[in-house]
Parts: sequence; structure tokens; C-alpha cells
Amino acid sequence: MNGAELLLAAPEYLVLVMACVVMIVDLFLSKERGGIIHMLSMLTVIFAAIITLRGGFLMDTTQAATTFNDSFIRDQMGDVLKVFSFVMMGLIYIYAKFYLRSFDLFRSDFHALSLFALLGVMLLISANSMLMIYLGLELIALSVYALVAFDRDSGRGSESAMKYFVLGSMASGMLLYGMSMIYGATGSLLLPDIAEAVRTQGADDILLVFGLVFVVVGIAFKFGVVPFHMWIPDVYEGAPPAVTLFISSVPKLAAFAMAFRFLSSGLGDLHFQWQNMLASLAVLSIVLGNLAAIMQTNIKRMLAYSTISHMGFVLLGLLPDTVFGFGSSMYYVIVYGIMSVAAFGMVILLSGRGVEAEHLSDFKGLNQRNPYYAAIMGLVMFSMAGIPPMVGFFAKLMVLKAVIEAGMLWLAVTAVVFAVIGAFYYLRVVKYMYFDEPESEAAIVAPVDFGAALTLNGIMILGLGMFSSSLITICMTSFG
Amino acid sequence: MLTLAHFLTLGAILFSLSIAGIFINRKNIIILLMCIELMLLAVNMNFVAFSRFLGNLDGQIFVFFILTVAAAEAGIGLAILVVLFRNRQTINVAELDDLKG
Repeated sequence: MNGAELLLAAPEYLVLVMACVVMIVDLFLSKERGGIIHMLSMLTVIFAAIITLRGGFLMDTTQAATTFNDSFIRDQMGDVLKVFSFVMMGLIYIYAKFYLRSFDLFRSDFHALSLFALLGVMLLISANSMLMIYLGLELIALSVYALVAFDRDSGRGSESAMKYFVLGSMASGMLLYGMSMIYGATGSLLLPDIAEAVRTQGADDILLVFGLVFVVVGIAFKFGVVPFHMWIPDVYEGAPPAVTLFISSVPKLAAFAMAFRFLSSGLGDLHFQWQNMLASLAVLSIVLGNLAAIMQTNIKRMLAYSTISHMGFVLLGLLPDTVFGFGSSMYYVIVYGIMSVAAFGMVILLSGRGVEAEHLSDFKGLNQRNPYYAAIMGLVMFSMAGIPPMVGFFAKLMVLKAVIEAGMLWLAVTAVVFAVIGAFYYLRVVKYMYFDEPESEAAIVAPVDFGAALTLNGIMILGLGMFSSSLITICMTSFG
Repeated sequence: MLTLAHFLTLGAILFSLSIAGIFINRKNIIILLMCIELMLLAVNMNFVAFSRFLGNLDGQIFVFFILTVAAAEAGIGLAILVVLFRNRQTINVAELDDLKG
């Protein structure tokens, strides 16, 4: 292992160092100068993005390269996912600053913990061995448990953190149990070696299939698909919106990378077995997610069930085990992250001093209070419902195309039917905003940077939709 | 003579006990935390047994990491428990029902 090889993980080093710096710098700052912490975190994600992109000029990106005795892999898929994680993180910090300020929660804990969680996301995206997958996963999970309980005086926050903690630890225990079985069957922790071992000894090893079931449970929990979705609505509702913003976007990218690396790179020869498991998980989440979301009156819970159905779509793209399928799934998860950040950004925007806007009725008459933000929320809702030319439409289209090409027509039909049912609750928000009388006349004021970030986010949703081909091409070429 | 199957059976029993503990227990969150620890130990048992019988050290290295992470996990779990008790004055599982829907 030489120096150049170690540099493959340069963005990870930066985020690690800066997470520690943020913790230490905070000790020497007075409470009024907390803005420095915000600036440091923003600079971290900007520079991490630059380093990740520059790595592409310095090194050959078409070739995957490994380091740390093959447990860390740097490839195009990882780079693209990381850059989008940084973009989302940047937006999250801007939205979160406004929320943390108005609820008097502005402490460096949020920034330090979220940087550690970001590091976990990056490690999970680049993991090439089961040990790395486990460590990345736990780094995200442990930081997020603490973040959910971050508002110490909130009873709902600590209750949801406890529920998330118990269910999350159970899921990682199951994942580990599965990993131990796979290790026992193949004698290696490295995903390429596992793939090699499965190829030589055949896929009908009972130990291997047993391990696969547990691993799929772990992955399904990370995505939050039915029947491992119980934590999602509670955590989305209980956690401060600034934290929900994070949970609903960046870790999903890592979950996708984990599913791809584990199931396709590692256990690709067990494709037939995991395809059936993922198909039932996907159908259940699309059906239950969309139906349950209709009944919600709380916007955070509604968005939670909408996440569940969107993650069902991401799983659909994984099913065929083809380049097109993975590419469309990756496209979907990136697009979902961007939409979700915008939606929770709006929730934060409507939260006044000390009062969180949680109810759908808080969106009533938004057009009369502020037509500009109402238009952005309309864009987000149309995009989530999958209406062209917004980006959400193209994401759904690609995934469905991949599923149909693989000959699973019934899956595609079910998904479309329930996506149409799901459009109801997105459009209901639009109806509230444009056709109902506002319940409060308070003007909506947001800092300049918040407005700019939300505008950028809206432009991404519209622009990535109208010029979707470049991002789709990037996603497709990531898988060869 | 102890074979691999014996160790795997022990691991499976411990694992099932911990899962049963999580689902049957309706009283106390501390017992839930204990069950989670037991689950990780069951996994460790599996890894060490496989490692020994495969003659490959990777599994035992993994166990060190699991032990470390388990310690951190317990730390965070107990911290959340303290916050929860401060806000609710109870750690009874059945009373954690504010979030529903």
C-alpha cells in the first residue's frame, strides 16, 4: 500500500478531520458566534465535493481502485453518490441553520454529529468488505440516534430516538448474524472474494441462503421498506425537522450503495433468491406506503409514508440485476433525496418561532401568504407525484422501464396503479395551498441564504427533469 | 468432541433468546438493551466459531470491531434512556405511545 493508494480516500479524511475540528472549535466560541461552525461545515462539504470531483481528473475514473487491503473501493458510482450527498448536505446545513436559530437549538452538536454521519455515508458508499459495510452503517446509525434525541427537552424526540435505537440495533444485529453466516459459507469478508467463492461452490448452500435472508432484512431496514418500516413515521415525526431533513435524504443514497455492493457485487449469483425477496418488499411498500399516507394529517408523517413508497420504487430498480436497472435505481434515489430535502425545507420554512408547522392545514392558503414559496412547494409535490416535466416523473419512468424489460409486467402495473393513488395526497397539498383560505396571516420571512437554497433546490427539481438525460447517462455509465 | 454445529447451535439459541426477549418484554427498556447486547454476543460466538474452524483470522478481527461498536451503542442507548426518563419519568415500554398513526 503506497501513498497514492491512500489518497483514494482523501474526501473521507477531510470530513473526519473537520468533524473533529468542529467539535474542538466550538469549545472556544461564545454562543453568539455559532455562525463560524456553520461556515466550517459548509466549507467542509464544498471542499469534499471539490476533492471528490478533482480525483476524477487526477485518476482514471473509469477504473475502480481499491485501498486499505481492498476493503475500500473508489469508483464512479461512489463518486457520483458522494458528490450528491455533499450537495444535499450543503442544502441541509442552510435549512437547518434557520430552524436551529429560531428554536434556539444552535449548538455545534448538530454539525459535528451530522459530519460524522456523513462520514459514515461515505464509508458505506465505498465499502468493499462486510467489515466496512458494518462500520459505515453503525457510524451513520449511532450519529443519527443521537441526532434524533438532539432536542433534549422534547418528549417526542426522545421517545422516537428510543424506538429508533431499539429497532435499529436489532436490524444491525440481524445484518451481522447474516454476515457471520456468509463469512462461514465463503471464508472471506471481502465482497469480491465472496462472489468468487459463491461462483466456485455454487449458490445452493443452505448457510449462504440463510445468511442472505438476514442481510436482506438489514438492507430493508436501512431503506425503511415494509415490513421493516415501523421506525420511519415515528422518527420523522418525533425528530426535529432539521434532523428529519438529513435522515430522509443522505442515508438513502448509502442504503442504495450498500444494497448494490452487497447483493450484486457480493452475492450476485444468488440473484434468483434475493430477487423474490426484494420484489415482495417493494410491492408491499408501494401499496402500504401510498395507502397509509392518504390517512395522515401530519405533513411529516405523510412524507414518511411517501418515503416508504419511494423506497419501494428504488428496490424495483434493483430487481432485474441489469446495468439499466441499477442505473435507474441510482437515479431514483438521488432524485428522491433532492425532492425530500426540498419538502422538509418547506416544512422548516413554515415553522414559526417555537411552533412547528406539522399539520397539512398549515399549508392552507400558502399562495396568498407567499406565492413564490407556494410555487416551489407545488413543484416538489408534482415531482413526488411523478408528473412531467418534473424530475420525479423521469425517475419513475426509468425504473418502470427497467422492470418491464426484465419481464415483470405485473410489478410495473401494481407500481403505476398505486403511484396514481398516491398522487392524491400530494395534490391535496397543492389544493390546500391554492384553493383554501389561510389559517394564519403571518407573513413568511426567510433569510436570504434560505431563500436562495430553496430556489436552487426547486431549479434542480425542474432542471434535472427537463435535462434529465445527462444525469441518467452518468448513472448508467457507473455500472459499466 | 465439540464440532462447528455445536457452536452454531449455541449462537442460534442465544440469538433466538435475544429476539424473543425483545418481543416478549413489555415492561422495561433496560431489558431491551440487554437483549440487544446478547444478540451481538450471539453473532460474536458465530464469528469466532467460523473463524476457528475455517482457520481464517478475519472473523476474530471482526469480533473486536463488533465489541467496540457494541460498547458505543450501549453508551448511546443509555444516554437516550436518561433523556427519555428526564422527559417522561418512566421507562415502561407500554407507556411510550405518544407517536402513533
